[in-house]
Amino acid sequence: MSETETRAAVPAPRAEEKPLLKVEGLVKHFPLKKGLLQRQVGAVKAVDGIDFEVRRGETLGVVGESGCGKSTMGRLITRLLEPSGGRIEFDGQDITHLSTAGMRPLRRDVQMIFQDPYGSLNPRHTIGTIVSAPFKLQGVEPEGGVKKEVQRLLELVGLSPEHYNRYPHEFSGGQRQRIGIARALALKPRMVVADEPVSALDVSIQAQVVNLMDDLQDELGLTYVIIAHDLSVVRHVSDRIAVMYLGKIVELADRDALYEAPMHPYTKALLSAVPIPDPRRRGAKSERILLKGDVPSPIAPPSGCRFHTRCWKATEVCRTTEPPLAELKPGQRVACHHPENFEDQQPQDVVLLAAAKEAGELVPDEVLAQSAETSAAVAAAEAAAADTTGTAGTGETEVAEVAKETEVAKETGDK
Amino acid sequence: MTELSKTGAAVGEPVRSGAAPDAFLEVRDLKVHFPTDDGLVKSVDGLSFQLEKGNTLGIVGESGSGKSVTSLAIMGLHRLGARGKNVRMSGEIWLDGKELVSASPDEVRRLRGREMAMIFQDPLSAMHPYYTVGSQIVEAYRVHNDVDKKTARRRAVELLDRVGIPEPDKRVNSYPHEFSGGMRQRAMIAMALVNNPELLIADEPTTALDVTVQAQILDLIRDLQKEFGSAVIIITHDLGVVAEIADDILVMYGGRCVERGPVDDIFYQPQHPYTWGLLGSMPRIDREQTDRLIPVKGQPPSLINVPSGCAFNPRCPYADVPKDNVTRTERPELREVGGRHFTACHLSQEDRTRIWNEEIAPKL
Repeated sequence: MSETETRAAVPAPRAEEKPLLKVEGLVKHFPLKKGLLQRQVGAVKAVDGIDFEVRRGETLGVVGESGCGKSTMGRLITRLLEPSGGRIEFDGQDITHLSTAGMRPLRRDVQMIFQDPYGSLNPRHTIGTIVSAPFKLQGVEPEGGVKKEVQRLLELVGLSPEHYNRYPHEFSGGQRQRIGIARALALKPRMVVADEPVSALDVSIQAQVVNLMDDLQDELGLTYVIIAHDLSVVRHVSDRIAVMYLGKIVELADRDALYEAPMHPYTKALLSAVPIPDPRRRGAKSERILLKGDVPSPIAPPSGCRFHTRCWKATEVCRTTEPPLAELKPGQRVACHHPENFEDQQPQDVVLLAAAKEAGELVPDEVLAQSAETSAAVAAAEAAAADTTGTAGTGETEVAEVAKETEVAKETGDK
Repeated sequence: MTELSKTGAAVGEPVRSGAAPDAFLEVRDLKVHFPTDDGLVKSVDGLSFQLEKGNTLGIVGESGSGKSVTSLAIMGLHRLGARGKNVRMSGEIWLDGKELVSASPDEVRRLRGREMAMIFQDPLSAMHPYYTVGSQIVEAYRVHNDVDKKTARRRAVELLDRVGIPEPDKRVNSYPHEFSGGMRQRAMIAMALVNNPELLIADEPTTALDVTVQAQILDLIRDLQKEFGSAVIIITHDLGVVAEIADDILVMYGGRCVERGPVDDIFYQPQHPYTWGLLGSMPRIDREQTDRLIPVKGQPPSLINVPSGCAFNPRCPYADVPKDNVTRTERPELREVGGRHFTACHLSQEDRTRIWNEEIAPKL
């Protein structure tokens, strides 16, 4: 996987270095059992073959609608769940099927922050007990004693050391989330998986916690995997973003590329649905892509591309063949036969499915026209570039490149 | 109670107590207090606003700011639950010329569902799991209309179709658990609309939904309002949602209104430091990426011990700008700062304009 230049924000993006976490073909099926004998009658395909890696020091955002498998994915990579298939490698070590005991040394390096600050703290334990639990479990004796270290951690996350003897119910939601963060950071982990860390919090408190996580990353050199459904928050915190749909990653790209020129139609629809806090942009409602119906059941996901039942670009090939997650642009991987903002991958297949025609009625004409135009322009630029490289006309290649860039810029400018 | 009703009318408009207003919905100096073992919880403490038919009012605020209690009070549902037994309520709520605070529970019950209806945040717990969706809509219709079951059922199917449920004649027999989250919310909207209410209150209608479904539901509410011309109150913490759908915005903090005005004024010329805080806390998908959010420091206030003076003063970065410690001793009144735009803040108009233009606006 080639590195891109756009990630200047990350403290240490070293291309040669091996990724911290590497996931290949990860699968988790939850069996559905029925009857007296508990015969297996099917499976919920929560995560169904995903590949990605997390680089050291970066923040990978994972977005998707409820039921797309993003939380299951988080629990798999922290090994709170046993994968049904595939491979998870943490820092070069295969952890796919490690036992609880085998995982224990690794728990120091991989920690989790949970969504619900009410459910994830034991109400009968004091804050001191909760935050010092990792030390006890791991048999670690920090310098200066556990109590001192816990109080340092509480200060680090913006609480007062006097809170040591209080109980969770004495704290507000934002403060409890800070306690959860302090507990996760106790053992100086290398990777923190945060499942919806701010979605239960009020807006003003949400900003406090987002800033705190940001500061801690700089200070401690943490690697984050942040799972969230709020696309504005994900854009704010992430360096790279994976978009999931029905147990698959449909697009994985650098933040700016994804938000400025999404290539998967689902990503495009998802982004267009975010309400914009700007009343004057109400006119821009014409750009909104409404998706038809609901997400299909993960028990029997659609054949081929899983999005084809709701996609306005779906053709026969989408129904029959599953598109691979391919790196079409540097740093932007997408699983689509007919991507947006790029050359069509299956140009011979032009007949839309009936469902796609219906879905297309909910897509504003401007969006359709614009997308066709961009795709054509990108294709033309590619063709031109291919021609000229043969004849060594570097000048013309540049022209083609510029043409391509202006198309992309126009696209984003229009938004 | 008496001590409550004596407090001055802290509103922008003159309050002609007792007289029916011209506005379709008018709330005057509404107070809802819950006595608890720990003390008196002042959930809503002197709230006033008006709403005309065909308009949408967005109420925003953090959890515990009193926005949901306001809506429950209008619907006459504040008495429900263990805490509601001793509730103390004062002020006036005028709906279409009728006063609701002094009305008997029976009178309110006759209005509820017919003239005013509510959409709740969580449709799974708001619907009865034991009855089909259809029978719950039929019941809501037959309570207020003297029709036979067949007619009512036809009406239910018609509404399910209107809110975009596929195959409504079949789905009318489904149970709530057989619907997805978005469809349940649609079904609840159908139930709320079955009697063509003139006032629709939506309490966080899209908070539990995914963003793609949220877009569908907001579209639906907007279309239905155009079609039926009802007045809509939408309660949310998401400024994106109110920017999309509301005509007016009311910002609540600590049980009181801190700012109220037309949507454009609130977003482009906000006057209250708390509104600035909300706007700064929010990551914006439509703007250049910023390095840091600008959060509001501290925690929301306890409604038992609301800070004296301005409730926002412990969290306000400008609390010391006005002289004589007035922010901590005196409660600011809601004052008009422009056409229909009100704010409750001790900062002088010049200070506010200067701080907004020089310090806040460039950072947003």
